[in-house]
Amino acid sequence: MQRIGVFVCWCGTNIAGTVDVKKVAEALASEPGVVFSADYQYMCSQAGQDMIRDAVKEHKLTGIVVCSCSPRMHEATFRKTAAAAGLNPYMVEIANIREQCSWVHKDMPIGTEKAIILGKAAVAKVNLNTPLIPGQTPVTKRALVIGGGIAGIQTALDIADAGFPVDIVEKLPTIGGKMAQLDKTFPTLDCAACILTPKMVDAGQNENIRIFSYSEIEEVGGFVGNFTVKIKKKARYVKEDICTGCGLCTEKCPQKKVPNEFNLGMDNRRAVYIPFAQAVPKVATIDPNYCTMLKTGKCGVCAKVCTAGAIDYTQKDEVFTEKYGAIVAATGYNPISMDKFDEFAYNQSKDVITSLEFERLTNAAGPTAGKLLRPSDGEHPHTIVFVQCVGSRCSHDAEKGKEYCSKICCMYTAKHAMLVRDKYPDTEVYVFYIDVRTPGKAFDEFYRRAVEEYGVHYVKGMVGKITPEGGKLKVMASDLLADKQLKIDADLVVLAAAIEPDKSARPLATMLTASMDTNDFFTEAHPKLRPVESPTAGVFLSGTCQGPKDIPETVSQASAAAAKVIGLLCKDKLTGNPCVAASNELMCNGCSSCEKVCPYGAITYMDKEFRMPDRTTKVRRVAMVNEAVCQGCGCCTVACPSGAMDLKGFANEQIMAEVDAICK
Amino acid sequence: MQVNENFKPLIVAFCCNWCSYAGADLAGNNRLNYPAEVKIIRVPCSCRVNPMFILRAFQRGADGVILCGCHPGDCHYTSGNYYTRRRMSLLFSMLDYLGIERERTRVEWVSAAEGAKFAATMNDFVAQVTALGENKRLEDLRCKK
Amino acid sequence: MQKITRDLLLKKACELLDAGTVNRVYGWQKGQFDYDVTPALFTTKEELEESFVYNDFCGANFSLYLVKEAVKEGKVLVFLKPCDTYSFNQLLTEHRFDREKVYAVGIPCDGMADIRLIEEKVGEGITGVDTDEDSLIVHTLYDGDVKLNRDEYLAERCRVCKSKKHVAYDELIGEDGEVTDSARFDEVAKIEAMTPDERFAFWQNELSRCIRCNACRDVCPACTCEKCVFGNPKSGVENKAASDSFEEKMFHIIRAFHVAGRCTDCGECSRVCPQHIPLHLLNRKFIKDINAFYGEYQAGETVGSRAPLVDYTEGDMEPGEAVASVDERGGSNA
Repeated sequence: MQRIGVFVCWCGTNIAGTVDVKKVAEALASEPGVVFSADYQYMCSQAGQDMIRDAVKEHKLTGIVVCSCSPRMHEATFRKTAAAAGLNPYMVEIANIREQCSWVHKDMPIGTEKAIILGKAAVAKVNLNTPLIPGQTPVTKRALVIGGGIAGIQTALDIADAGFPVDIVEKLPTIGGKMAQLDKTFPTLDCAACILTPKMVDAGQNENIRIFSYSEIEEVGGFVGNFTVKIKKKARYVKEDICTGCGLCTEKCPQKKVPNEFNLGMDNRRAVYIPFAQAVPKVATIDPNYCTMLKTGKCGVCAKVCTAGAIDYTQKDEVFTEKYGAIVAATGYNPISMDKFDEFAYNQSKDVITSLEFERLTNAAGPTAGKLLRPSDGEHPHTIVFVQCVGSRCSHDAEKGKEYCSKICCMYTAKHAMLVRDKYPDTEVYVFYIDVRTPGKAFDEFYRRAVEEYGVHYVKGMVGKITPEGGKLKVMASDLLADKQLKIDADLVVLAAAIEPDKSARPLATMLTASMDTNDFFTEAHPKLRPVESPTAGVFLSGTCQGPKDIPETVSQASAAAAKVIGLLCKDKLTGNPCVAASNELMCNGCSSCEKVCPYGAITYMDKEFRMPDRTTKVRRVAMVNEAVCQGCGCCTVACPSGAMDLKGFANEQIMAEVDAICK
Repeated sequence: MQVNENFKPLIVAFCCNWCSYAGADLAGNNRLNYPAEVKIIRVPCSCRVNPMFILRAFQRGADGVILCGCHPGDCHYTSGNYYTRRRMSLLFSMLDYLGIERERTRVEWVSAAEGAKFAATMNDFVAQVTALGENKRLEDLRCKK
Repeated sequence: MQKITRDLLLKKACELLDAGTVNRVYGWQKGQFDYDVTPALFTTKEELEESFVYNDFCGANFSLYLVKEAVKEGKVLVFLKPCDTYSFNQLLTEHRFDREKVYAVGIPCDGMADIRLIEEKVGEGITGVDTDEDSLIVHTLYDGDVKLNRDEYLAERCRVCKSKKHVAYDELIGEDGEVTDSARFDEVAKIEAMTPDERFAFWQNELSRCIRCNACRDVCPACTCEKCVFGNPKSGVENKAASDSFEEKMFHIIRAFHVAGRCTDCGECSRVCPQHIPLHLLNRKFIKDINAFYGEYQAGETVGSRAPLVDYTEGDMEPGEAVASVDERGGSNA
């Protein structure tokens, strides 16, 4: 039999104003198991906690019921108090008589009666509580960062800087991500390559960082502190450790007609290529879809010119397994496809481009060596129209586009407009917008400079249709402020395409058992208070895979994710939640129902030998719960027909005792 | 049906810790009234609620049982409420088949931000069960006072 | 269809015993009369010759016994009618026995007779029942032989047989049949169409006869729990004898819920109920609802299939909608 102490909190007048706390304490004093009952003004105060501690000692309490505010508020506080008094912290139950009683009922007798019932339920539960001891698991002190854009690089650098080994897995041949493709960055207009490539080099040279480029995640197993990850290193047909990155092969390869994805297909590369000059690792890759040698067995030019002997046409995909304590998703974004936006004639005219293509057009390392030339005829455009919100902020029932704001377009368009006007003052620049959204440090000032100093024509209104005609693009638009229709003959149209999470994110989320929203952005554990953690323990979020972000925000989130990872890897052991499922193997049928509903894969089976009453032995399949993986939802307990599976802290008996106490 | 003017139903509400229990707390924070007949039992997830708990509540004299969980897609444990939805669809349909008034059972999704919805749901459910009167079809006479 | 006879099965059993394929046989054992047949384990040819029987009353589903039987040394021979094979697969899905330890011989079935219906018709004093083509010849003490139309005296589950196709076997005697388009949910629909008061009265009348003998549970191939919650003091719902109408309902609702999505509708529960409670109507309600809410699902049709209650889709119906949808399909809440 338990020796239970009941502590009724007044919470000033918050509770005592509607609930007769003395009466509650008196009524609960005669409940089974209760040996001490008292009330106090503020149980959560130091004096209140001392009162609990003293009572535990004096009355040799084995269980505590605190009738107070919500357990979501102070359960942790009172558990600590119990622990300080030498009790198991899980011998504490809270009766929520504030949020769910005194604050929602006005009448004192009614509130008091309900408070007594809630108290009785808590007492009934504590009577069946058992001390729970959280399990401990060791932590593998290595982190995995999935995605090698600026988010992944920053996260990896910060983790490495704290002294922990970290691996970056990047599906492309080089790290760098979208930022490597950008020209200048807002609002300071420093060049993206100038600030990114040193970080790429840092990552490449850091002895704590391993970069697995041209690699993908195949399988994720395990749990926080103990993930096991299968990584597939795709065959690049070049020995990474031997290639010096001299680039001779990429000059001699006879297959010249391969669309260059780094320049978004606006020029060509060879079948063997290095994505760009500052690539990390600076190693050539052979594209098996275009390489004549790999396709027909005839050619071999690259192997002949490679003085290092790095070419290996027989290379195969290689799958290896690594162990990690923490995983960071940094899978980034892509502009959405413009295929559904026929009205903007993207597929009809080469001179309708997306903003990312525009970045490449103005980039010194781009297809035009930084000269702003029309893709169709290489002429200098004199009238440029920027269209905002292409596919962003669409209504939920629209057949195309996204409901959300892509967040970065207003700023980069202001940047593009400003740069054009700066370099080519003879060019007229129009920007069509729904709203201009420029919150952020020095952001609005930046946008106003575009309008006020650089004379960019900002027009509130949407572009209805673009028609290529006689070498021009006829832009039909409305000016909502002037309430008139505009027709502009443009030379170049730039579409601010909405951004969406990379397609690799959804299958990755499944492997990680991390949740996603309907747009395939990773969900954070709490939108405000835990923004860089996924609800799945040990999985963290960095950059645009969690939601649209610009570079400063991405980098801060990347560092925040790194801080969380470091906090985790610092620990030698992780203490779990002891309220986990447990299977009674004597009752378990081994039917696998529980395993099927477990969202965490925490349940496995083993064949176990049982001694029968007649002294024979019998081997039966029984369920086992991995306490480090189980999160304690209890889904398995209901799937289990025999009741072998139960949840510690919320056991069948305990919940039924609460039901009985309430319904008595 | 005879309606007893003074009849106060006993309602057991199972609330998941992450959404609905927090929603109930928010109703409290915002001082949104609902009848004291509602007694909340905290469970980690709506999927923790075993049909046996619901029948037990009716046995011991509950007049209505309501289950609240996170909205589908928002379960703290990813998929718990999806299982709840199937289990309760079948269980409630079975109770209906046995002639037990279907208005006595309900599942409602209440997020941590929906304090107002919590209070409104409880007001509505209590009114609905009050109109039905006492639970006589699923009661255990020995458990009555 | 090849007529399955005792001699045919006996020959097969003896062959397999002789060949050493199996070392024991699960079969039907004759009782005092032809119609009180019980499942039994035979280990020798002599035992088989002595008391093995196969007639129109061999309804017992042997799949259940494999949970206990298929852990012993050597293989056991089991005869399975088409409906039994569904339970067989369901148990395999749930890892309840070792497939390697069983030699399953599928036998076609054209339905089993229900002695209760015959008794209702001809009264007491039945000494034996023979089959002659489409007729049953009932030998009685007082009225001599009575000839009955066989089809009318089949068990309910056979009159609405869901499948004559075997979904599992090592060897099949005769030809396999097809999945049939049965009217097995008609009774459920009738009850659904009653008013709630009528439904309550109907089930109150049926379930109040329950004597909690647990026969339904013990014969059920889905109720093979190592320990039943109703026999476990720690479960909180333990009760060995229902003492009022709540507990009768509690037991049957929970039992039906525990087998929901796993019940193959073999009908054994109703067959063995000494109080003639139509327990299959509870299980079939769940099956009917599952089919309507989540798409057609037949437990045991394939090994390893995911039962509807351990599965979900994001677009599943809400419980309120689900219950209301029964009205749209002819149910009533008036």
